[in-house]
Amino acid sequence: MNKTYPDENGRYGDFGGKFVPETLMFALEELEAYLDEAWNDLSFQQEYKEILAEYAGRPTPLTYADRLTDQLGGASIYLKREDLLHTGAHKLNNAVGQALLAKRMGKSKIVAETGAGQHGVATATICAKLGLECKVFMGEEDTQRQELNVFRMELLGAEVIPVNSGSKTLKDATNEAIRYWVTNVEDTFYLIGSVVGPHPYPRMVRDFQRIIGDEAKEQLNEKDNILPDAVVACVGGGSNAIGMFYPFLEDNVQLYGAEAAGKGLSTDKHAATITMGTKGVIHGSLTYLIQDENGQIIEPYSISAGLDYPGIGPEHAHLAKSGRVNYEGVTDQEALDALSLLTKVEGILPAVESAHALHIAFEKAKQMKKDQTIVISLSGRGDKDVNSIKAFMEKESF
Amino acid sequence: MEITKVEEAASKAEYPLFIPFIMAADPDAQTTIEIALQLQEAGAHILELGIPYSDPLADGPLLQRSAKRALEQDMSLQKAIMLVPEMRKRGLTIPVIIFTYYNPVMRMGIENFLDTVKKQGADGVLIPDLPFEESRSLNDAAHDKGLVNISLVAPTSASRIKKIAENAEGFLYCVSSLGVTGTRDSFPPEAYTFIENVKENSQVPVAVGFGISKKEQVERLRDVCDGVIVGSAIMKTVEDNLSLLSSQQNRQKGLDNIKSFVSSLISS
Repeated sequence: MNKTYPDENGRYGDFGGKFVPETLMFALEELEAYLDEAWNDLSFQQEYKEILAEYAGRPTPLTYADRLTDQLGGASIYLKREDLLHTGAHKLNNAVGQALLAKRMGKSKIVAETGAGQHGVATATICAKLGLECKVFMGEEDTQRQELNVFRMELLGAEVIPVNSGSKTLKDATNEAIRYWVTNVEDTFYLIGSVVGPHPYPRMVRDFQRIIGDEAKEQLNEKDNILPDAVVACVGGGSNAIGMFYPFLEDNVQLYGAEAAGKGLSTDKHAATITMGTKGVIHGSLTYLIQDENGQIIEPYSISAGLDYPGIGPEHAHLAKSGRVNYEGVTDQEALDALSLLTKVEGILPAVESAHALHIAFEKAKQMKKDQTIVISLSGRGDKDVNSIKAFMEKESF
Repeated sequence: MEITKVEEAASKAEYPLFIPFIMAADPDAQTTIEIALQLQEAGAHILELGIPYSDPLADGPLLQRSAKRALEQDMSLQKAIMLVPEMRKRGLTIPVIIFTYYNPVMRMGIENFLDTVKKQGADGVLIPDLPFEESRSLNDAAHDKGLVNISLVAPTSASRIKKIAENAEGFLYCVSSLGVTGTRDSFPPEAYTFIENVKENSQVPVAVGFGISKKEQVERLRDVCDGVIVGSAIMKTVEDNLSLLSSQQNRQKGLDNIKSFVSSLISS
């Protein structure tokens, strides 16, 4: 039942669709046609899987966190290690798929948006590998916060374009990437980094990310011949989460999405789109978003740049409304506490984004029985975050 | 069905059918009313009243700045519609189209939005990020209330042109060339072929917008369409005259500058 989405109009129940200027409609129709054709072509699937295996390092391990399991005293905890994927996060799965599709469509110019820089780096990486021209739009404020990722992208041969409009962060970088695409739609492929945007993007990105959940399911089955009792992932736009959840939608498995509650849901400094948002349209998709009473979009806040997005993928909006997935807010502090624990006990420094999922997983694991199992999508590694973690911890200790 | 005011105004106009766009509350609400009246005097046939939005995807830097100034005036969709009766009171008789992105409409509620537009004396709506496939229910509701929902076609519309043009009401907004709003020095040669194709498919007058800022462009389009929509170029004149417009004493001078720019643009 859940798996039949989206329908032919790109809708997931009430959500999704294509809310874009007419100039882009043809490009979306074209993209959908090519995507369907590619998806049904075994050689395309093969090439995608081959690059993921031989270049990106798939399958990523499913690690049993034994010391953590003992310490929390509840369910067995497994980590799906997207942090070990090339470039350090799950983003590459999607970038590879879309870049191959762009090539198949004969488009040699790629444009992308990035917040913290993870998607930008993944895109620049695969563009270098496939010989594609790459432009990445990034909010000026983010280019300063994530200076090293800017340099990384430039080393990879990408052009990073700082965005000065609006609040100078991910939302505005996305606006600018779309504006660029509107202008150059005939020879440029827009490589979106999450399960957001107009149809068919949310479906396409999901299908390129579901490998996370497919592998985890198979690995756990091979190890212990079981399904997990619960699965947890963090949600910004929601690509690692949908990739992780999708193969479990029809199973008797509890699914939890961790949203960024920033400084708390009672403050205005959060990015908890599902918990606190209302229905609206952002970046071409009907979904939940954080907006004021006049329908102006409000800039969200989170310590994690990857979760700092005022909208959410339309399929998540649908899964929230139908009750299939539970979405809960996690504060900066809770995420960093979970990050510290995992680092100390298991020797794995997770991305602050993933740390939001860890918090919920730890709370659930404690309440679960010892013979139960919980799987966490560890979407990225935390090396990129050490400066902001340090700054946060120093500030909190005063 | 009864002919709408928009369609009547659009069909009666001699070339160029002139449709200016102005941003509500740039630089402030009262000045917007004054500018609307100046534009009517300068020969506007239909007015597009723009609603400032935080994330205007289809707009270039100029209209982004304009929206930002207007948002600083606390302008909103609801408040902008309420400017229409004030304009009417001051003598504005031409049809008014409310130009807004879709999110504020959803927030207000489609029915409530259309009811308010109708009640306050505006004549139609234009939503640049609500394409043909997503617009059916809004179209039907607008229809019931005697309002028009203006459709857009773009150079990439290709096989979509026919169905959009056939369903267009009032006038058809033809996007001149790829890209966001903002002035362009000239259009690529294929633009004229595209516009001609649109014109052939359309039952209603065709007005070309995006990038029009010069008299020569208006002249060049004479043979292929019915009129022009001018937004960024007008709001640039507003921007250039901000200090005049925001001073009580010099406002008239600023308004005169806008009017003379517009007159020179459309006079033959």
